[in-house]
Amino acid sequence: MPFEQLLIEGLAMGACYGLFGLAVIIIYKTSEVVNFAAGTMAMFSVYIAFHFITFYGFPFWVAFIASLIFAGLLGVFVEFFFLRPAKNPTLLGLIVITIGVQLLLAGLAGWKWGADQQAFSIPFSYQVTYKLLPGFVVSQWAVAVFIIAFIVVTILALFFKFTKIGTAMRATQQNKYAAKIMGIKTDRITAFSWAFSSVIGVTAAMLITARTILDPEFMMEPFLRAFAAAVLGGLMSIPGVLIGGGIVGLIENFFGYLSPAWKPITAFVIIVLVLCIRPSGLFAKHYVKKV
Amino acid sequence: MLKVNNIETWYDLIRALHGISFEIKEGDIVALLGSNGAGKTTTLKTIMRLFYDLKEEQPEKGTIEFMGERIDRKDTAEIVKMGIGYVPEGREVFPELTVMENITIGAYTRNDRAGVKADMENVFHHFPILKERKGQQAGLMSGGEQQMLAIGRALMSRPKLLMLDEPSLGLSPILTKEIFDIIKNINEKDGVTVLLVEQNVNMALKYSNFAYLLENGRIVRADKPEVLREDEDIKEFYLGIATEQSVKGYKRYRRKVRFR
Repeated sequence: MPFEQLLIEGLAMGACYGLFGLAVIIIYKTSEVVNFAAGTMAMFSVYIAFHFITFYGFPFWVAFIASLIFAGLLGVFVEFFFLRPAKNPTLLGLIVITIGVQLLLAGLAGWKWGADQQAFSIPFSYQVTYKLLPGFVVSQWAVAVFIIAFIVVTILALFFKFTKIGTAMRATQQNKYAAKIMGIKTDRITAFSWAFSSVIGVTAAMLITARTILDPEFMMEPFLRAFAAAVLGGLMSIPGVLIGGGIVGLIENFFGYLSPAWKPITAFVIIVLVLCIRPSGLFAKHYVKKV
Repeated sequence: MLKVNNIETWYDLIRALHGISFEIKEGDIVALLGSNGAGKTTTLKTIMRLFYDLKEEQPEKGTIEFMGERIDRKDTAEIVKMGIGYVPEGREVFPELTVMENITIGAYTRNDRAGVKADMENVFHHFPILKERKGQQAGLMSGGEQQMLAIGRALMSRPKLLMLDEPSLGLSPILTKEIFDIIKNINEKDGVTVLLVEQNVNMALKYSNFAYLLENGRIVRADKPEVLREDEDIKEFYLGIATEQSVKGYKRYRRKVRFR
């Protein structure tokens, strides 16, 4: 594989990780909970799309929208029935709850659809390629990833900047106590951010399925990569996560090409090194409260 | 307008408020005074129902009425909507939002755009500095400016009753006076009733029409500021004017006050 192709594919994979990392940090920012169920929730929603296509014969886009809606509901469901009932929760307790949700959903998916690998394809294949410039070969999949990532990030940026609920979400992230005083129902904001995160997660997972296979475990590794990307970006800033995703994707792709055996590990090694030098991530901002 | 009737608030097994009753009449500036740990902030938080997370039934006993309606079991968002604005202790602005966004979020519970716009102009009229700093991140402003922002933000919900928790905290005397003048102005021009919680007893007595003195979760004095100013105990322990020496010549540190 030539250098240019590695670069493009790495960036595309990085964009997927970045998108999925967004799903992780949206929840982290509102409630400081790291959602370890994010990968499995996305996996489950992809299975919904799979179910619609294979068993009911719906076209892909209908199934895609159905799975987006399902993902939103699943997010609210998990927040409402698993996290909210926790009495006087500690952060660690909430994180353990998300691990429980992860196990539960993985078990459910295995029971419903079986642990085998299923045939699931999205309309963007990475075997169809375009030649943009001499030497630069871009697959249809990569083009789709870039366009979708761009659209999602633009929508997110506009949403957080200009809508009332977006501003309320940012306010809640920064100071939950003051947000409550302003009359913001912070519980609802948390539920909403779970739905939001789940929807973005399934979008990213759809794109990732094109490169892997569909089975109940397929999101575990991408989730860890995305989480690593989020940590690298500082867990707080949206551009940080995207850049972190890009870095993880590139490292993985280049080292994977040089020595495939090391592919899954290199990215994590680099991250450990980066975190040794900058423990709060590359783009974290810290505000000190002024008295 | 606000009627607090014999409320008790508990932090786990510790009773912070031992049955507090007071009343605020429309158009007044009422001061709630007391030293550290007297229960001033707890009173305000109980009124706003901010202990809901801790325990659903707070206050445990007693009732709170606002405009003739009971609010002691209502949600904070509803209470804000009914017209109570709260400026929390230590300002609590949203540090990464701009000044403008901070002010806009204050009107979160409202839907009338024209009214919000008019109120925004009003806030900028009271605090011209905020207009200059419109696009700045709130966390980067000075303490006094943040305090002004917190008051402006609370005004955006168009409150009938504005509750201020230690507006003078950490401010220079000149700035404190400026803020108190603005509060007086808001009270007179906009007709907003004010409940003022202060440790700076001298200042608070100057600006209020009525004052309550809290000690260990109980109200021990309730009177007009002119009367309280002349009270021997208040003179000695809160205003720092040492007048009386005991027979033996020791300085007294505390006089036992009976609960009334």
